[in-house]
Amino acid sequence: MSTTTIDARGAYCPGPLLELIAGLKLIEIGDEIEVLSSDQGSIKDIPEWVAKVGHEIGESAELDGYWSIRIIKAK
Amino acid sequence: MSKRILIVGGGLAGTITANGLCRQLGSQLRTGEVSITMLGATDQHMYQPGLLYVPFGGIRETELFRDQKKVLDRRINFFVDPATKIDVEGNQVETQSGKSFAYDYLVIATGSRIVPDEIPGMAEGAHWFYDLDGARKMRQALEEFDGGKIVVNVNAPHKCPVAPLEITFMLYDHLEKRGLMDKTEITYTYPIGRLHALEPVAHWANAEFDKYGIKYETFFNAKAVNPGAKTIESEEGSTLPYDLLVTIPPHRGAEVIEASELGAGGWVPTDRQTLNHEGSTNVFVVGDTTNIPISKAGSTAHFEADTLIDNLASLVLEGRTARLYDGKVFCFVETGMDTGTYVWFNYETPPNPGPPSKMIHWFKLAYNRLYWLSARGLL
Ligand SMILES: Cc1cc2nc3c(=O)[nH]c(=O)nc-3n(C[C@H](O)[C@H](O)[C@H](O)COP(=O)(O)OP(=O)(O)OC[C@H]3O[C@@H](n4cnc5c(N)ncnc54)[C@H](O)[C@@H]3O)c2cc1C
Repeated sequence: MSTTTIDARGAYCPGPLLELIAGLKLIEIGDEIEVLSSDQGSIKDIPEWVAKVGHEIGESAELDGYWSIRIIKAK
Repeated sequence: MSKRILIVGGGLAGTITANGLCRQLGSQLRTGEVSITMLGATDQHMYQPGLLYVPFGGIRETELFRDQKKVLDRRINFFVDPATKIDVEGNQVETQSGKSFAYDYLVIATGSRIVPDEIPGMAEGAHWFYDLDGARKMRQALEEFDGGKIVVNVNAPHKCPVAPLEITFMLYDHLEKRGLMDKTEITYTYPIGRLHALEPVAHWANAEFDKYGIKYETFFNAKAVNPGAKTIESEEGSTLPYDLLVTIPPHRGAEVIEASELGAGGWVPTDRQTLNHEGSTNVFVVGDTTNIPISKAGSTAHFEADTLIDNLASLVLEGRTARLYDGKVFCFVETGMDTGTYVWFNYETPPNPGPPSKMIHWFKLAYNRLYWLSARGLL
């Protein structure tokens, strides 16, 4: 499994979730994306969308003023 | 020996950069200490924001184009000879004609392109205005439209984050004026859980859509279009019928980027402040083709190019860089045929759009014409 990191800290537009959606189009099923986000909204809207579409949420962590959210492409 | 600056891509970012460098390096160009070469894919420069007006017949096509040679400073060696391989290890670029261009400094400015073929059925079933051919076909489809369901479908990633909202308001205005709105339903779909990436813009658009009775569906990423049944299906499991489907197809960077293994999807890994291609000190990336997580827009290209011009000129003259890019983006937003608003932000400052006004609409129209001054580096 390979991991791609999307550093979307301080990104107001398009923002972490849209970066994730775009990033998922470029990886293989089973690969992972780690999104770094300084927007607290991401800890809600990323898992919400991931569940809706049917990908998987991996480990997530709150770091120094930002969040790391891992998503595994499932389809 | 002369320092060779090579710019690949003659769109907005490449053109502003090339012209700006000429201004800052005038005497070095005269003595031959520096040369600036640009490789482009066509001899015409297209004003892309003008495409928004094409489906409504609101602009003459000739107004969209200028000779690239006339937009560029005469001191730039311009070749219509697209790059086929960018070799950042060997410091050279190969081109379609079989030539090889060596450089001391490289600027990658190859922009982004739409890839409707990535969604099954989209190329056959949908209309778009993000290229001239598409905009012409959409004009034809709109002329023939006499009421029914319109879906405006937005996909990620895409350039100019405000164009999808603008086209929706402009469609409404256009159909209202033709007396068709009472038998037309417009539904706007957006990939995430609100109507626009920027929260304040989404908020404002929500209220405007409600006011005009424009419907919307969020969390909608196109999975397939079925041109026979006239439906569009989303990754999230929803299906919408349409009579006219207007889409903002997903984008990728230029083919040469992927062919040169410079970045997945054609997006080049770029330092968000120095604009260096990650891992190189003499390669810079500007405009839509960076992988920086900010809007792919003309204003982004402009502000990045301004930073790059100062840095490259300082590098050539003094061996140091001058400043960092702060992530600044500025956008006018057309909110109908005769009102507009604007929004700006950077890595630190969140966006906060003002109320729509006629005045701002006139500014945008004026800006449409001022584009050419800005590409020349005079603005
Ligand atoms: C309908 C529409 C409306 C828009 N409205 C706005 C707006 O209101 N405000 C705003 O800020 N932005 C707007 N934009 C976005 C704006 O036009 C782009 O973000 C901007 O042009 C990006 O500049 P660029 O130089 O990175 O890319 P481009 O201007 O697209 O230039 C890239 C250039 O590279 C060339 N190229 C590609 N491959 C090669 C190769 N292999 N070799 C050589 N050359 C190559 C291409 O031919 C092209 O000329 C809009 C875009 C569209 C489509």
